[in-house]
Formats: sequence, C-alpha cells, structure tokens
Amino acid sequence: MHRYRAAPAATLRIEPLDSLTLIYHRTSGITHVVDSPVPELIAALDNQTLTLDEALAALAAAHDLIDPDRAALAARLGELTQAGLVEQV
Amino acid sequence: MRHSTMLRIGPVGFRVGSDWRAPVATLNELYRDYPQPDIPDFNVRLFAARPWRRWVRPSVHIAGDFVLPESAPLPLAQGLLAAEMGMNLQMALGQRRYLLLHASGVERDGKALLMTGESGAGKSTLAALLMTRGWRLLGDEFVLIDPATGMAHGFPRLISLKNEAIAVMARAAPEGRWGPMLTDTPKGTIRHLVPDARAIAAMDRPARPALLLFPNFGFDAAERTVPASECFVRLTQASTNYVALAEPGFDALATLVRSIPARAIDYPDTTSALASVERLWDALA
Repeated sequence: MHRYRAAPAATLRIEPLDSLTLIYHRTSGITHVVDSPVPELIAALDNQTLTLDEALAALAAAHDLIDPDRAALAARLGELTQAGLVEQV
Repeated sequence: MRHSTMLRIGPVGFRVGSDWRAPVATLNELYRDYPQPDIPDFNVRLFAARPWRRWVRPSVHIAGDFVLPESAPLPLAQGLLAAEMGMNLQMALGQRRYLLLHASGVERDGKALLMTGESGAGKSTLAALLMTRGWRLLGDEFVLIDPATGMAHGFPRLISLKNEAIAVMARAAPEGRWGPMLTDTPKGTIRHLVPDARAIAAMDRPARPALLLFPNFGFDAAERTVPASECFVRLTQASTNYVALAEPGFDALATLVRSIPARAIDYPDTTSALASVERLWDALA
C-alpha cells in the first residue's frame, strides 16, 4: 500500500487567489495553478503520511464530501507525485 | 563597430553598434532628448552578414548580448526597426532586474494603468492616445515591475505604431516627432512616434500599479471583470522573464494581481475604448 505525504512545506509557496490557488514549487521553480481539491489534499498530507483511503477519509471529513471519488483522488495523487508536490513513501 | 551610440530608456542603458551610419543617425535624432547611460546594460549590433553586403542589397542582421537564432535580416531602409527589435530582444531575453510585462502603461497622479494583450489588441495605440490626453506615458511595449517594491517602472522607447494606428496618432498628435515610414515590414507599415517631453523627463519616476486592462480591438463594446487567477496566468504568458526571475517573479506577480482590479474591455473604436478607460479609472477613486 502506497503512502503519500506533501513535499516539505519549506519547498512550497501556497497562495490562494480566488477559486484557484497558486503553488510555487521552489525545488523545480515551476508555478502550478490548481483548483480544489489540490490545496486541500496538500494540506491533509502536510506533516503526515496517509494511504489513498486515509487521504480520502481525511478529505471527506474535512470538506463534507458526499460522494468521495477514490479513482479521481488516485489520479490527482499520481499527478501531484509526478509534479513533485507530493511524495510517495 | 564602425558606428555606435548609447541611450538610456527608463532604467535600462543600451549601446547600439552598426555597420552602417544611417540607423545610428536615425536613433540619435529620435532619441536626442534621452539621457546617456553610465554603463550600458545591453549591447545591440546591426551587422552585414558579408562585408560586401554593407553596400550590395544591404541587409541588417541583428545581434547583441542575447540573440535569437534564425532571426531574419531586414533591409537597410528598416534599420531603425532592426535597432528597436534588437533592443526589445535584449530586454525580452536578458532582463533580470525587473519583472518584464509585455504591456503598455500610463500614469496619472502617481498611479499606473497597465494594458496588456496580443499584438493588434491596441495597447500601443491606446497608450499613445492617452499620452495626448494628459496621461504620462510609461511605455507602449514593456512595463517593468520592481519585485522589491511592486512599483511599475517606465520604459518609454519610441512608440511603435502599425498600419491604421499611424494615421490615428498623426491626427491625435499633430506636433509629434516621427521616425521614417517603414513599409513592407514583417508587421506591415510601421512608424515610430517619439514619446512626449513629459514622458521622457519623468521616465525615472515609477508609479504604483492601480488598474490592469486587457483591451481587445474590433469587437462590440463589452466589459468583464477578470479574476486574479486569470490575470496571473495571462501575465505569466505576457512576461518573457517570469520563469527566469524564479520566486521573486512569483511574488511580484502574485502581489500585483491581488492588489489591483482588472477588466477585459472589447471595443469597436478608440473613442469607445478611451471612454471606458476614463470611466474605469474614475471609478477607482
């Protein structure tokens, strides 16, 4: 079972703008413009490692998700890991 | 090089060298009221690919500290355009001190109105028209944002007017000083207008950004609020050095889009655009 955690907080600049959030990734120098649930996911994975199911539960609890989508979350985690914003441990 | 000159536009100094006398003479005439830099930041070279091409079908290649491979040469009659393109190129590729926005800007009461958009959107023309209506021109092509202060620094190079905009500005600025009419350039007919004395005299005085507009010429009049995130994305696309500046560029741009309102304005003619600008500006107060 994969476990995930956010990239170290010191490597991320997270700036909410409006419905979208800017994330400057200091490690790569790349700016990401992201929509929900990415900021929420990174917040949930800050300073803790979670499995996919634990992350899903954490998001569902924190944001009152009625119909959490496991496959979509797995896809987002895959993208964020590829981008370096989330690490697989 | 055989001929050279130095000039400073806003905070940026250039040395322009040329194999031919004419482009340097034209620059000296049109930029005669501009200061000299102590030390130029960038060098531009206008050169003949082969010695005999100084005379035989002379064609002007553009080089400098920063070059684009494969850039096409221009005929000698368009030597001024080559010099301007060379200076723009150094800014676009080499500027590291300021966040460079491909935008025009004007100032009133210490506050800056920034206008950005695709080529043909009308940002040069609108800035030039506003210059004739009591605004101070910051620049028609680049606005420089200081990451340390967030202030907009002017870059009032010659105003590059294209095609129909030339006649529009000839009517609006009958006293204006002009460069030669350059026909058959890659962008059609181009003529350069010298910014007015006020723009040149005050070019070292930055202004606090206050309003961002995305004008779009050729449509029925319409207006919409542009959210900060869209401004951010569009301005990263309008900046050639956003990536190179790294985190200071991110900070500067995030702060800018958060701190000022932004509107997209479609306009069918310049009268309509100018009315929209004045109305939006007045609404800020």
